[in-house]
Amino acid sequence: MSAALDVLSWALLVAGGAFCVIGALGLVRLRRFYARTHAASVIDSAGAGLILAGLLLQAGWTLAAVKLVVIGLLIFFASPTATHALANAALARGLKLEAHEEAPSKR
Amino acid sequence: MMFTVAALALLVALGLALARAIAGPTVFDRALAGNSIGTLAMMMLAVLGFLDGRPEFLDLAILYGLLNIVGTIAVLKFFRYGDLGDPGEPEAKR
Repeated sequence: MSAALDVLSWALLVAGGAFCVIGALGLVRLRRFYARTHAASVIDSAGAGLILAGLLLQAGWTLAAVKLVVIGLLIFFASPTATHALANAALARGLKLEAHEEAPSKR
Repeated sequence: MMFTVAALALLVALGLALARAIAGPTVFDRALAGNSIGTLAMMMLAVLGFLDGRPEFLDLAILYGLLNIVGTIAVLKFFRYGDLGDPGEPEAKR
């Protein structure tokens, strides 16, 4: 039972770390701001969620598990709010949505 | 061991997000990268707590998350209106 939980927790942690790296790669590689917000959402949803689930399996029924759930709820509610405010502020400041507004990229 | 792998992956992601925060052409790119760095730092704190065998680090992660929200929203409001005390758009007439 404990070994199975360890294996599952290992898989969740590694998958969460992979999603974090993928999201950060997207943050660097994507070419427009509004596309980069999607990459940031990958970090906030998949990366953080999977890592928290993996840690939750390691914590067991302790106070640490409760704190992990609180962290998860915090990210769950705050991160979309922050991303929405960010995109809204960028739009209000006149950051263009269209792709052809930028100079043609090398890639 | 598994916490070490997760911590290393988080370090790589933090480095990439930091690169975007430094390179970002607009201030919104920097704010977005800063928000991601905040989330990644929360995860890093949680993983470090387990890596070290001291789950008390989770309190620090919660505090960091709360400060991260307030900081992001404050920076956004400042760069949208140019003033933290500005009430924003005028309310719609009824």
